[in-house]
Amino acid sequence: MTTATATRPEPGFGVYNLKLGMWVFLLSEVMFFTSLIGAYIILRFAHPEQFAAPGEVLNVPLTAVNTFILICSSVTMVKAFAAVEKDDQRGLQLWLVATIILGSTFVGVQIYEYIHLFADGFVPNAAEYSAGGGPLYGSTFYLMTGFHGLHVSIGVLALIWVLIRSMRGAYSPERLGGVEIMGLYWHFVDLVWIVLFTIVYLI
Amino acid sequence: MSQTAIKTDWDFPAFAGEGHHEVGFIRTYIFSTDHKMIAKQFLAMSLIFLALGGTLALLMRWQLAFPGQPLPGGGIFPDTMAPGGIILPEFYNSLVTMHGTFMIFFAIMPLLVGVFGNLLIPLQIGAGDMAFPKLNMLSFWLAVPAGFMMLASFFVEGGAAGAGWTAYAPLSADGEFTGVYLGQQLWLGSLFILGFSSIAGAVNYITTVINMRAPGMTWFRLPLTIWALFVTAILVLLAIPILAGALIMLLTDQTLGTAFFLPAEGGEPLLWQHLFWFFGHPEVYILILPAFGIVSEILANGARKPIFGYFAMVLAIIAIAFLGWIVWGHHMFMSGMNPLLGTTFMFTTMVIAVPSAIKVFNWLGTLWKGNIHFTVPFLHAAAFVSLFIIGGLSGIFMASTPVDIHIHDTYFIVAHLHYVLFGGSLFAIFAGITYWYPKMFGRLMNTTWNRIHFVGSFIFYNLAFFPMHGLGLEGMMRRLYDPTQYGWLAELQPWNVFITYAVFALIAFQVIFFLNFIISMWRGEDAGPNPWRANSLEWSIPSPPPHGNFERIPVVHRGAYEYSAPGWDEDFVLQNEPPSEEAVQ
Repeated sequence: MTTATATRPEPGFGVYNLKLGMWVFLLSEVMFFTSLIGAYIILRFAHPEQFAAPGEVLNVPLTAVNTFILICSSVTMVKAFAAVEKDDQRGLQLWLVATIILGSTFVGVQIYEYIHLFADGFVPNAAEYSAGGGPLYGSTFYLMTGFHGLHVSIGVLALIWVLIRSMRGAYSPERLGGVEIMGLYWHFVDLVWIVLFTIVYLI
Repeated sequence: MSQTAIKTDWDFPAFAGEGHHEVGFIRTYIFSTDHKMIAKQFLAMSLIFLALGGTLALLMRWQLAFPGQPLPGGGIFPDTMAPGGIILPEFYNSLVTMHGTFMIFFAIMPLLVGVFGNLLIPLQIGAGDMAFPKLNMLSFWLAVPAGFMMLASFFVEGGAAGAGWTAYAPLSADGEFTGVYLGQQLWLGSLFILGFSSIAGAVNYITTVINMRAPGMTWFRLPLTIWALFVTAILVLLAIPILAGALIMLLTDQTLGTAFFLPAEGGEPLLWQHLFWFFGHPEVYILILPAFGIVSEILANGARKPIFGYFAMVLAIIAIAFLGWIVWGHHMFMSGMNPLLGTTFMFTTMVIAVPSAIKVFNWLGTLWKGNIHFTVPFLHAAAFVSLFIIGGLSGIFMASTPVDIHIHDTYFIVAHLHYVLFGGSLFAIFAGITYWYPKMFGRLMNTTWNRIHFVGSFIFYNLAFFPMHGLGLEGMMRRLYDPTQYGWLAELQPWNVFITYAVFALIAFQVIFFLNFIISMWRGEDAGPNPWRANSLEWSIPSPPPHGNFERIPVVHRGAYEYSAPGWDEDFVLQNEPPSEEAVQ
């Protein structure tokens, strides 16, 4: 697909449709997370008393490990793409499976974290979990991490679909658009998490 | 028409048609991936919602002219809406909210972006279809359930949302305040789903315009419609997700007990306004930029002259789109926002007058000394320019903070927004529909009835909306249920009665248009490929174009506005007409 497009003269951008479409879609995703993060920043500056200090409520070491797992899954995704570029079907499938396992682990750890927070009474509208009282801490925490987790979950489902297609031999060095845009999405979700981990857990 | 006939020098990997194959009724008319059919589907859907929005406006006008009097035939409403035909205040709130919501999100926006974007982008850039035809189908089939969801909210307990189309928090954030619980949540959910539809469309449009232009169709040979739709798609792509985020927060405030916008628990109502208008102001330009493109196309065609200042027109579109991101605060001068910030927003807002004026003067320059053909689309386009000037000038009044303090949330605002959205966008939509109707359906609309519709619409539109400026200056509040309860407004009640009669007449003329639209599909004159003697690529192929549009991918030799070019027999030259020997270049 890329090779065919590469020989195509202007007027296009030289990026095939699927990839360009994914980049364009990710722009809208950037704006979506911007609205959530922007709201968090504004609310936190307006009511600092409602937000607990880092590590007071949230389990930072556990999430740090989880962050590492997600970053590793980006590496395995890159390896999957590198494999399909060399027409290494077995490598593609193995690295996809690795990415799926790491991605699911991330979601699993997040669910585990949620269950414990809920058990401790830290729910979206928890008023007693902040010094000054009020639900803003829980509201913003679950909003941002929840929507990120949803994106990772959708990514895992998409990865499973890519895996099934790869087992049917859908990808080759000439036809690797599906793997490449999967990778773009996955790295984007990873990147968002690094921002969220920093501003929600560390600061 | 065989798709395999397409042969170009290079492989077209993105090309949509995988060879022609017979498809059944359902694939042709319902789950179609053909951009022209999807455009027609959007057209049908949004015209229905346009009619619905108009009906809601009629009910509101009845209440404003004759408050407390039973609506003729109002017995069909249940007691929760209008007992004995008398409209309840809560129902009036729902009417205001749903009129705005339907008109903006389900009528004007799909008409401009869904219909003309889908129809024109592949046809005018010389592509067989959109980059992602299935995504395009999904875009339409997300809009339909969103519309049904919005409609359904009328029939749930508590009625439809009543917090205005802007859904200001905290009024919208807690059902206690309006008595509407599920209705408001359906409103939020419906717009959220519609957002997916819009983003799917935007991704498609942007990719298609960038990647699928025919050889020779350089950026500055694109018709201005495509430029406008392309820039609009970028605005949709970046603005709608902001709304989506805000909608989710408002929904969790309503349902999960969070407090993003509830001040009692530390939330910030101003945050909703900032988020809403950070989406909402680009949205305003989403609703007008495609109209600019349509009007530019039709004015040049009617004047038989090249568009004046093509390059400046493109830059003005881009400038307006960019400035549209840094003016949202002008909706919030009265919100308690920092006055210094208000002054900044006042300045940026007034700057938008510059590119807007460039466009208006270029339209006038296009008409200057033209050989004007007063076709129906041209009449609508010319009406657009005149009404947009009025709406644009009243916009500058409101941009000025001291003036806005007086007229904020009055009928002056209502007059302004209807001058840009009805006088502006909707007249451009009429221009566009009458202009491209032959391309869509292969037949011409009846010109006589179209002219009657135009004259009636133009006159009664102005009679209905111009007096609202005065009512607003006199202090009549927007969204007011019963003007007669205030002494100073009771004196002005004859004006409200007058406006209501004008609206009745205005709507009656729209019925003519709807009937003409439907009857012409069967009874209209055969249009031929190029009834307007226009230049752009869609006029080089049969009406309606076959599946896959072009027999061969066209090669483009010139811009879209070479009307009355010297050296040609005709006063138009199709963009893909090869250069002639004797033509003076």
